[in-house]
Amino acid sequence: MAAITNQELITILGDKFGDKIVNVSEPYGLLTFETSKDVIISVLTFLKESRNTDFNFLTDITAVHYPEKKHGIAVVYHLHSMVKRVRVRIKVFIDEHHPHIPTATVLWNGANWMERETYDLFGVKFDGHPDLRRILNMDELGVHPMLKQYPLEDPNRVDKKDEYFGR
Amino acid sequence: MNHNQPVYTDNDPQSELVTLNLGPTHPATHGVFQNVLQLDGERIVSGVSTIGYIHRAFEKIAEHRPFYQITPLTDRLNYCSSPINNMGWHMTVEKLLNITMPKRVDYLRVIIMELARISDHIICNTIIGQDTGATTTFLYLFQFREHIYEIYEEICGARLTTNIGRIGGFERDFNEIAFAKINKFLKEFPVALKEFENLLNRNRIFIDRTAGVACVTPEQALSYSWSGPLLRATGVDYDVRVSEPYSSYGDFDFEVPVGTSGDIYDRYLVRNEEMWQSVSLIQQAMDKLKHEPAGIFHADVPEFYLPAKEQVYNNMEALIYHFKIVMGEIDAPKAEVYHAVEGGNGELGFYLINDGGRTPYRLHFRRPSFINYQMFAHMSEGMLLSDAIINMSSMNIIAGELDA
Repeated sequence: MAAITNQELITILGDKFGDKIVNVSEPYGLLTFETSKDVIISVLTFLKESRNTDFNFLTDITAVHYPEKKHGIAVVYHLHSMVKRVRVRIKVFIDEHHPHIPTATVLWNGANWMERETYDLFGVKFDGHPDLRRILNMDELGVHPMLKQYPLEDPNRVDKKDEYFGR
Repeated sequence: MNHNQPVYTDNDPQSELVTLNLGPTHPATHGVFQNVLQLDGERIVSGVSTIGYIHRAFEKIAEHRPFYQITPLTDRLNYCSSPINNMGWHMTVEKLLNITMPKRVDYLRVIIMELARISDHIICNTIIGQDTGATTTFLYLFQFREHIYEIYEEICGARLTTNIGRIGGFERDFNEIAFAKINKFLKEFPVALKEFENLLNRNRIFIDRTAGVACVTPEQALSYSWSGPLLRATGVDYDVRVSEPYSSYGDFDFEVPVGTSGDIYDRYLVRNEEMWQSVSLIQQAMDKLKHEPAGIFHADVPEFYLPAKEQVYNNMEALIYHFKIVMGEIDAPKAEVYHAVEGGNGELGFYLINDGGRTPYRLHFRRPSFINYQMFAHMSEGMLLSDAIINMSSMNIIAGELDA
């Protein structure tokens, strides 16, 4: 099985999904692109099942919060094709006030806890997830602590200001 | 699973199921996590895993700490092989900053990481022995973890949570005693490992307890995103050290052992063989070090590598760099980087987003224990409770890595 280059991968994806694949870049050699939540499952399914790509391994699902952006939460998927020896990073920006995205558990069982963790920390609701409960924090927490509006330390403390730690 | 067994539900008045809380702090779980099991006799009908008892919000803390203060956080992920986590983090930042390491530093790192892998696998394999009733093997091999800790201590002064190395190299060179201890370890450990294998590999009781128990197919393992020895025991030859060599692993000659059935016995054998490979890797690294210029233990990157203390007191330039590093006056590129290393339990990934500040904008750890463990409750269904216990030990779940 021959390895596949990022350029070939972009061409394959461009042919299939056209303008749904945007902001393609290759930071440190890792192909990164954005797509939208209505096609994310078809993109993942295509990447997993197409013989040309063969992304059989879901490395990770996580999220990033960008409070200043219009669509403030990026759900980030890292996939790995062990056969073609290439990784890819897929980002989906969703509305932070209505954080819904379809679940990837239909493709990989391993997505289950990764999505629960992302829900727990960022409040992203994965539609269709079989068991979307908090996983690391207690059920009564009430907030999703990795969102940027929640400070790390008690804001009233004077000895633990962020500036002492560089933020 | 025996399908002739009656399966009861929770509300069934005739239910004869017993609910068993295995954990949070049960000696057989080797860490703080809970499994609520429904038992029909000794057979597990269903199970629910609860984790998060030692969740310490590392990803949140990391957003408020400069890079070099994040190293101690990584110690506390898989605390049985903290040097691998430390090195993985250093290499992530070095990748971000485009720092190339001298070969000698790479080889020193390989020595440390392989020692850590051995200590991780010692824990897992001796505990499988312990949980199947073979206490002797545990006592024979476990002392070598102590010897590994002594080597760490000689290099960085710490034993368990090592905080070993710096971004850009090591804080100091390995001293003569450290090299002597490594050589002593290389001589003594194979003897003990051989003895350990003699006690267990063909042991009838051990094989009866482990072979054919908790078999996993490669398809299941890949679907659950398993990595590391667990995935290799199912027959998939995926090892980050080979597929994406870091720290000059490409210079070394080693084999990736794989199993066939993914059962507990195969996992045990894969880990044992990895220890042999690690010993060979350390030996190769020691040989390669002889051809490298002595005394080099860090890259020449004064903007990121803290100068020695006596330099700070006596040398203007060093003082300036020290000040700039500690006060965060040096810009790091705005970029995203994912770097993976082969940890004791599998692919340990660091996803770092930097927005140009002195602390990460976002740092995510891909923790192999967390991802491997989610199959446990599902696997346990239909299994005997005593088999589920050794299944858990063979997965080598480390609570720190599970919860982050």
